[in-house]
Amino acid sequence: MSITYLEAIREAQFEALRENPNVFLYGQDISTFGGAFKATKNLSREFPGRVFDAPISEDAMIGMAVGAAIEGARPIVEMQFADFSSVGFNQIVNQAATLFWRTNTACPITIRLPSGGTPGSGPFHSQSMESIYAHYPGLVILAPATVEDAYWMLLESVKLDDPVIFCEHKFLYYHLKADGFGEAMPIGKARIARPGRDATIVTYSAMLHESLRAAEELRIDGYEVEVVDLRSVKPMDTDTILASVARTGRLLAVGESFPWGGVTAEVIARVSSEAFHLLDAPPMRLNSKDTPIPYHPNLWKSHRPTTANISAALRQLLRY
Amino acid sequence: MELRDDYLRALRCMILSRTLEEKLGSLYRAGGRIVGGVYLGRGQEAFSAAAGVNLRWGKDVYGPLIRDQAGRIAYGEPILDTMRTYLGAVTGPMRGRDGNIHRGQPQKGYMAMISHLGSLLSVVAGALFARRLQGRLGDCVGATSIGDGGTSTGAFHEGLNMAAVEKLPLVVSVANNQFAYSTPTSRQYACENLVDRAVGYGVKGFGVDGTDLLACMQVFRTAFDNARAGQGPQMVVGRLLRLGGHGEHDDASYVPEVKKNEHEGRDCLFVAQQQALDLGWATADEIEGWHKEARREVDKAQAQASKEPTPDPYRENWHALSTPELVEGMNE
Ligand SMILES: Cc1ncc(C[n+]2csc(CCOP(=O)(O)OP(=O)(O)O)c2C)c(N)n1
Ligand SMILES: [Mg+2]
Repeated sequence: MSITYLEAIREAQFEALRENPNVFLYGQDISTFGGAFKATKNLSREFPGRVFDAPISEDAMIGMAVGAAIEGARPIVEMQFADFSSVGFNQIVNQAATLFWRTNTACPITIRLPSGGTPGSGPFHSQSMESIYAHYPGLVILAPATVEDAYWMLLESVKLDDPVIFCEHKFLYYHLKADGFGEAMPIGKARIARPGRDATIVTYSAMLHESLRAAEELRIDGYEVEVVDLRSVKPMDTDTILASVARTGRLLAVGESFPWGGVTAEVIARVSSEAFHLLDAPPMRLNSKDTPIPYHPNLWKSHRPTTANISAALRQLLRY
Repeated sequence: MELRDDYLRALRCMILSRTLEEKLGSLYRAGGRIVGGVYLGRGQEAFSAAAGVNLRWGKDVYGPLIRDQAGRIAYGEPILDTMRTYLGAVTGPMRGRDGNIHRGQPQKGYMAMISHLGSLLSVVAGALFARRLQGRLGDCVGATSIGDGGTSTGAFHEGLNMAAVEKLPLVVSVANNQFAYSTPTSRQYACENLVDRAVGYGVKGFGVDGTDLLACMQVFRTAFDNARAGQGPQMVVGRLLRLGGHGEHDDASYVPEVKKNEHEGRDCLFVAQQQALDLGWATADEIEGWHKEARREVDKAQAQASKEPTPDPYRENWHALSTPELVEGMNE
């Protein structure tokens, strides 16, 4: 049985709806249509009265989910594209994220963000928002890179009593396949996706796969590069990162979001301040470029990190 | 007399728009040059063109949306710019940085939509506001569009309210094509008719049969006259049906067959051509000639844009600021 990353997301929502009658789904075109990417295909038929088409009102969609969560529901909200969550930004960072801290009331909502670039999608259907949301206290930010994680982490998100920003990568939707869902790993734990001894790449989401290919390229030159998949951007598993850097002495952090600040900067900051003595070379980071995300594939391919420039960065890191 | 001239101009824009969009659709289906989505205005040409013919290129402010190819032509955008943008040619106004419907030339008052629905209304309002502030508003108007779905955004509400407060010369076209992607209007709003909202905003509202070019021309003319005469924003709601998918990737199987047979499901282009014949404003030969000319123009634009270069990442400056000295060296 071969399952795609996208099917895993559908299956997780199926299971969440089946397990708990308080779960409901809210999003644009997600009911009979099954969503812009078909992540909720057939769910409205399988769970009548629990999958709702929302108006194009992201602010109100999130606000409504927060209100419902206060009353004991566990909504999963689909943003049609991660980029449109900016319209619900206020409700996410000010309403949902502060609720528990201010009022001791849990806010168990899951916001699914179809994230990241695909060719020809342009500046408004390609964004990666994890760094933005991670900046705010009170949110859990997940970015699964595998079919297994897409399934288990989404299911876990719904059970969590805190607001979860679930960053699922559109580039992986159809490309990535697995034979099953494997076993669940806890949220908040990073995973050694490939063991090595010469350098560590810390990455997540679609960049995991580019990084793994780069690590494979360097094997030909005799280097063993360790690749850490963060899985959970916030909380970030600093221990696993530090343990890896202790083994390799060299660090490259790779992310698809914009270069100013963000997840990769956080990784570098933590390692530099907590484990400076472990480093044999200045830590490096690689992100997309500091411009909006281009439409044309020629530009898009150069805008985001790729196997080629991750390999180049690794070589520079290893030469130091 | 004058209405006749405008009408025929609108009709020719509709024909050119339909011809161009059919080409874009077939290029998309053929695969290859067009990467990303193709979003067409089939069935909405009359409503869009009737607004567009009231606008002057380089003078009035226009913020068209997803299904306004006909209005864009009527406003004065060369179809070569459409082709260049879809094909990602660097010679186009978007230089391959943005694509398809996300195009414009803001320096000329031709706003380039972002995807986030509703957000353009306040931008068009802002342009008018500044012109008035600078004493150069004159007889300029602004126009922008939205769909039934887009009216559910906070941005649309805030923008229209603000424009009304400022009494700006703005015409807002609401193309109620009964669907927002797959979502029917019953899941979008609970009011009887979107035009009823005009009262709440304190703007003048009009409802019109969006499949009837003549009716659209008359209503938009009044709306633009009112706006130019200082009566504040005008909201025109057109009833029609999206005659196709949301984009070319979508077969729109969720649109019930009966809808297509309703009045709103009429093809506005056929209706307009018949109307022109009935009114004695054009002959069948003339109309056929306009189609031929449109095909020639579209082929020419395609041939031209196809041989133009696509962007080269090594020649891109990768700057997002207009002040080069302030660009951080993050892209090396
Ligand atoms: C704020 C926002 N949310 C979601 C979307 C995704 N989206 C693009 S077009 C569309 C449907 C638009 O429907 P409508 O406004 O009726 O215009 P139509 O496509 O029918 O012309 C949606 C949901 C978007 N562009 N902007
Ligand atoms: Mg619509």
